[in-house]
Amino acid sequence: MTVFIIRRLMQSAFVLLIMSLLVFFGVYAIGDPVEIFIAADADQIERERAMQALGLDQPIWAQYGFFLLNAMRGDLGRSFVFNIPSIELILQRLPATLELAACAVTLSVLVGIPLGMYAGYRPQSRIAKAIMATSIAGFSLPTFWVGLMLILVFAVQLGWLPSTGRGQLGEFLGIHSSLFTLDGLAHLLLPAFNLALFNISLVIRLTRAGMRENMPMDYVKFARAKGLTQRRVVFVHVLKNIMIPVVTVIGLEIGQVIAFAVVTETIFAWPGMGKLIIDSINRLDRPVIVAYLLITVVMFIVINLVVDILYSILDPRVRLADAGH
Amino acid sequence: MTEATLRVESLQTHFFTKAGIVKAVDDVSFSVARGKILGLVGESGSGKTVTGFSIMGLVDPPGRIVGGRILFNGQDIVGLSEDRIREIRGNRIAMIFQDPMMTLNPVLKVETQMVEAIRAHADIDRLTARNRARDALGQVGIPSPEERLDAYPHQFSGGMRQRVAIAIALLNKPDLIVADEPTTALDVTIQGQILYEIQKLARETKTALIWITHDLSVVASLADEICVMYAGRIVERGSVDEVLDRPAHPYTAGLIGSVPSRNAKGTPLVQIPGVMPSLLNLPSGCAFRQRCARADDACAAAAPEPVGARRQVRCIHPLTEVA
Amino acid sequence: MAGASAIPAVETPFRRFVDDFCESRMAVTALCVFAIIFIAAILCPLLSPQNPYDLRQLDIMDGKLPPGTPSSADFVFWLGSDGQGRDMISAILYGLRTSFMVAVTSGVLAAFVGTTVGLVAAYYGGRVDMILMRMVDIKLAFPAILIALVLLAVLGQGTGKIVLALVIIQYAYYARTVRASALVERRKEYVEAAHCLALPKSRILFRHILPNCLPPLIVVATIQIANAIALEATLSFLGVGLPITEPSLGLLIANGFQFILSGVYWISFFPGFALLVTIVSINLVGDHLRDVLNPRLQK
Repeated sequence: MTVFIIRRLMQSAFVLLIMSLLVFFGVYAIGDPVEIFIAADADQIERERAMQALGLDQPIWAQYGFFLLNAMRGDLGRSFVFNIPSIELILQRLPATLELAACAVTLSVLVGIPLGMYAGYRPQSRIAKAIMATSIAGFSLPTFWVGLMLILVFAVQLGWLPSTGRGQLGEFLGIHSSLFTLDGLAHLLLPAFNLALFNISLVIRLTRAGMRENMPMDYVKFARAKGLTQRRVVFVHVLKNIMIPVVTVIGLEIGQVIAFAVVTETIFAWPGMGKLIIDSINRLDRPVIVAYLLITVVMFIVINLVVDILYSILDPRVRLADAGH
Repeated sequence: MTEATLRVESLQTHFFTKAGIVKAVDDVSFSVARGKILGLVGESGSGKTVTGFSIMGLVDPPGRIVGGRILFNGQDIVGLSEDRIREIRGNRIAMIFQDPMMTLNPVLKVETQMVEAIRAHADIDRLTARNRARDALGQVGIPSPEERLDAYPHQFSGGMRQRVAIAIALLNKPDLIVADEPTTALDVTIQGQILYEIQKLARETKTALIWITHDLSVVASLADEICVMYAGRIVERGSVDEVLDRPAHPYTAGLIGSVPSRNAKGTPLVQIPGVMPSLLNLPSGCAFRQRCARADDACAAAAPEPVGARRQVRCIHPLTEVA
Repeated sequence: MAGASAIPAVETPFRRFVDDFCESRMAVTALCVFAIIFIAAILCPLLSPQNPYDLRQLDIMDGKLPPGTPSSADFVFWLGSDGQGRDMISAILYGLRTSFMVAVTSGVLAAFVGTTVGLVAAYYGGRVDMILMRMVDIKLAFPAILIALVLLAVLGQGTGKIVLALVIIQYAYYARTVRASALVERRKEYVEAAHCLALPKSRILFRHILPNCLPPLIVVATIQIANAIALEATLSFLGVGLPITEPSLGLLIANGFQFILSGVYWISFFPGFALLVTIVSINLVGDHLRDVLNPRLQK
């Protein structure tokens, strides 16, 4: 297990290095770094001072080293708009996005797995067919439009839920989150559902496929032949087998959810880093864009790593095959 | 004669498919006594596995038991509530499946799969259950059972997995074990070991055993009685010696003839021509008549009724007369 | 399917494909719906009562009229009008035309680039394969919307730029698909036979291997076109896609967004609904194509 984790860590470090190269050359070779890091309205003296500070007068490989060093120290320039270090700005907004993404993923699991299991357990029933039809719609509905419709129905027509912002934050164990107040939860509900919709459909389909694949298997019949309750057969034997692909896909989808939070945050004026990146693109606040990019890359690599480890914990066959090497 | 552990009377299990009704098991009767081994022989699709599942109460839709009785220790278990049959299943009647690679859950430890089988039927704490599981593994000849409890199924070879499945079947000291071709998927040497093991355990524990197989040579060495199934019906039944030495049904004779043997070296193997008819549209009369050399118009007229009592045959033109 | 393949001598593969496809009433309906939308969008200047992006034809007094209201000109706003007095039907048709233009252009270019990359990787193998496929893998590890945002942030707005971004996003799917099926084809005997005839490599690649990679390619193409339409609309909605002068469903919905809190639903609702019907119909066709073209499901 330890060997497995160490090897995955090394792979991740390698991918991170490649990504930093790509980001570096993306920013420096395609765009003009002077334009990216220095405000357009800066005067000549400011420009030169900034160029020196950023090491732009050095040869390209030295610049890359400089860039790496700065990135590791957490220095990717200051936001033109807010005039604070861009990394700091992103990290301020990160918790709101993570909160939203975590709620969306939790929601898609809590809603998707039971519905998918039912649809796979009784595939011919009318309810199962309704579930599947809804999941096709969930796949095809453009996220941003669903967001608007949610606002239209629940905020404008019915007036049940608020449509903008994070609401009142509560504090628990030093963490500030909308989850800890009723007002915050009310604010969280619509955006979380909006962001979760695609993944609910995905989880439904995966779970249903897993159910239909596993139920006719011999091990299910054998488990029943042992005299186990149907509940234990389905919720222990079958579910544990289904969870392997579901957890893998959900894990990989966390990245998608964080990326798609851009859309949901814009619609519901959720003060996360997704809304920040859109605002920054519109205001040409480039250091923030670079910082967002690098932080997301790091996050993706970490997510991939965690999913890999989780997968090996869930599936004994993978774990032991790896340990054998 | 003492009361049989299991007595199946005129069992009918049908599958209601879109294409029509498949009579997978049609009017099947047999019985097994305590400590005895019954061999249920037939080709694939003859209904022998469905018979086994019917006894276990594990026939899934679109299949359904539509007639007959299954008397287990004198009690009819057809139509019992799911809870009642579950109390018997895995406890008083256990089953061993054909493919040991598929019967154990790949993501659960052997211990989990054994302990749950014990605790489904008895209010026992985990540790006691674990100890019983360990003893059962030792009983079926698995080395270092204590450590093997913590292993996953894929860490066992095929033969070892089948031993685990047998150990699970034995856990609750059942009165009856239904073994559905448990050695077919194994190597010949392993097959011999498993056969020996099961025979020994059945004799020691006085467990009744139904051995489902397509292989006559396996039952010849193992069983006390044989039932030969064809197209959902038992066409011949009797003690091993009677059936194998003096087969009455042409199908049984054909089966015996198609087993290669050293004594008959050089002479061509006898074959049964043709294939078993689809259960969806069986021919009128005897289901075997289209493949039978002895068939005549009488065979097409009506399905033959079983003749005889303990030794029984379903044929108008039997090879030997049955009392 | 079994019945169709029972008489293989008479029918061509294409004929059988059409027969198989027509077996699903849902897929045929979806295809018809898509065809109607597509043709209506292409012919939008003829069908729509006004040119919604010609400012001279707009009357600001017609703004935000609910569905069914007559306009100051001689037609009726059956689906209402937007803030600047545009007829919603006309705006939706023009927007759809842009969507299709962007999606099809980027689809064709991405298919071309991706197919070439996939074929080259499969045919040359070794280091070429490794480098090309690693690039594809890294790209696929990141969500499409993120890549699009970054590219558009660097490149700026514009129709050409969004097409470029879509090509960069989508080529990887085509490349991976073509490589996978080309690898299978490459090992088959007819390719060896072609080698024995000393045919030039390019001929073997494009005339022999490529046609056999077409079925999976078609399936990927349908799905990617639907994705491209959705992505373009999303990016335009976020204000980083098409410039505001271009007709676009995403921009139309974004415009309606500011009025939605006052109950003016139709500006956002109808374009989104049109988008939904288009995407669903493409997805249904694609779903069924996958079944029909999947060799594993055929006898």
